[in-house]
Amino acid sequence: MIPTGSQPSQAQAGSLAGVGPATGSQPSQAQAGSLAGVGPASATRITPGNALRPEDIALEVQRGDVKPSENVGEYALRLGDDALILAQRLGHWISRAPELEEDVALGNIALDQLGHARSFLTYAGAAWGKTEDELAYFRREPEFRSAHLFEQPNGDFAVTIVRQFIVSYYQFELYRRLTDSSDATLAAIAAKAVKEVDYHRDHSAQWVLRLALGTDESRGRLLAGLRLLWPYVGELFEDDALTARLGDAAVAPSSLRADFDRLTDEVLVEAEIDVPHVPSALGGGRRGQHSEHMGYILAEMQVLAREYPGASW
Amino acid sequence: MIPTGSQPSQAQTGSLAGVGPATGSQPSQAQTGSLAGVGPATGSQPSQAQAGSLAGVGPATGWPLWEVFVRSSRGLSHVHAGSLHAPDAAMALRNARDLYTRRNEGVSIWVVPADAIAASDPDSKGSFFESPQGKDYRHATYYVKSEGVKHL
Repeated sequence: MIPTGSQPSQAQAGSLAGVGPATGSQPSQAQAGSLAGVGPASATRITPGNALRPEDIALEVQRGDVKPSENVGEYALRLGDDALILAQRLGHWISRAPELEEDVALGNIALDQLGHARSFLTYAGAAWGKTEDELAYFRREPEFRSAHLFEQPNGDFAVTIVRQFIVSYYQFELYRRLTDSSDATLAAIAAKAVKEVDYHRDHSAQWVLRLALGTDESRGRLLAGLRLLWPYVGELFEDDALTARLGDAAVAPSSLRADFDRLTDEVLVEAEIDVPHVPSALGGGRRGQHSEHMGYILAEMQVLAREYPGASW
Repeated sequence: MIPTGSQPSQAQTGSLAGVGPATGSQPSQAQTGSLAGVGPATGSQPSQAQAGSLAGVGPATGWPLWEVFVRSSRGLSHVHAGSLHAPDAAMALRNARDLYTRRNEGVSIWVVPADAIAASDPDSKGSFFESPQGKDYRHATYYVKSEGVKHL
């Protein structure tokens, strides 16, 4: 399926023809063609690679190989909803980012988050015999378990970067520890996600530094974004009865706080910024209490599935 | 949309892309797209466009142009994959990762400031590249193996 290193030009030729990895027997010819300027549409080789996919989890669930307890399902719902709502927010940037390159970068991050959401929701749904789509499209607002930070409006680019900065440093610490979960599926999802979130960390930190140390305008906007969103940090690290019940299967949110503070502070110090001293927001997302923004997100996200139940495209 | 003044840069960029396996049958179009994506070009200054043909005097953007080279796996060379705009080398690498390796294409990326590349003139193809044609004696196959020579 995947060509070995000795036949790169075949794969290239295949991508040109749009027929996937080709099986031709004349690699040199294909290469000559590309040198002549009539070559492949992509200069590089495209392969799907191997990784845990939501479909794999769905298959395991279907076979009855895995079945989360209600507690684990409820926990997976939280993580999945965080990622789902953030993906929906980030998706709004597509075609609207300040540069074409950044448009793709934010789109990639949104798709990473959507992938995590699908995995977590597929697994969560197995606790109640529901699919990922049923959970995403047919729950009402009080049934969503995402924290308030994720539903905060995009604002300007600086606000989005600040939200991404907080989220990715939080998620990295969370997923890094969740790879040791006593629940094998949660651990596997986290192992796939943690590498992607590591890049999200880097992306947001690069932009925090550039906005903070750029112009007066960019620094002002970044500082405003930090003041606006820092009140929502506290909710991410609140323990409750569920995380206590889960023990080794989950990660106690409060245990992430010290590393989060230390690592975000390293970036903020380099950016010559003090952590804003702002009171904490009330939170309540984990109990289904959301801000006024959530309803609009869900309306946009769910309207098609609810208008045409069972539609596929 | 594309001013006449910038046409030299399209051709030149095309030839640059032709250095390695090309990015497609219309490499210059991709680049033009990225330029067009950041604002209309200032078409009234052909000389400027020509000077910036490789430097990527990105019209409305302050971000310079970078050429991206991707190595698809260990043991292979880096191959020219395309170009992009970025404020600095660190962001150029990241943008390259997001733009050119999102389908698992690479294990290593190089980014090079486009204005650091000197390219041959496409109008000089004849004098530059046609000379070797017909000179069979520059190929080993031209020669007849001498009698009695072993291990050749």
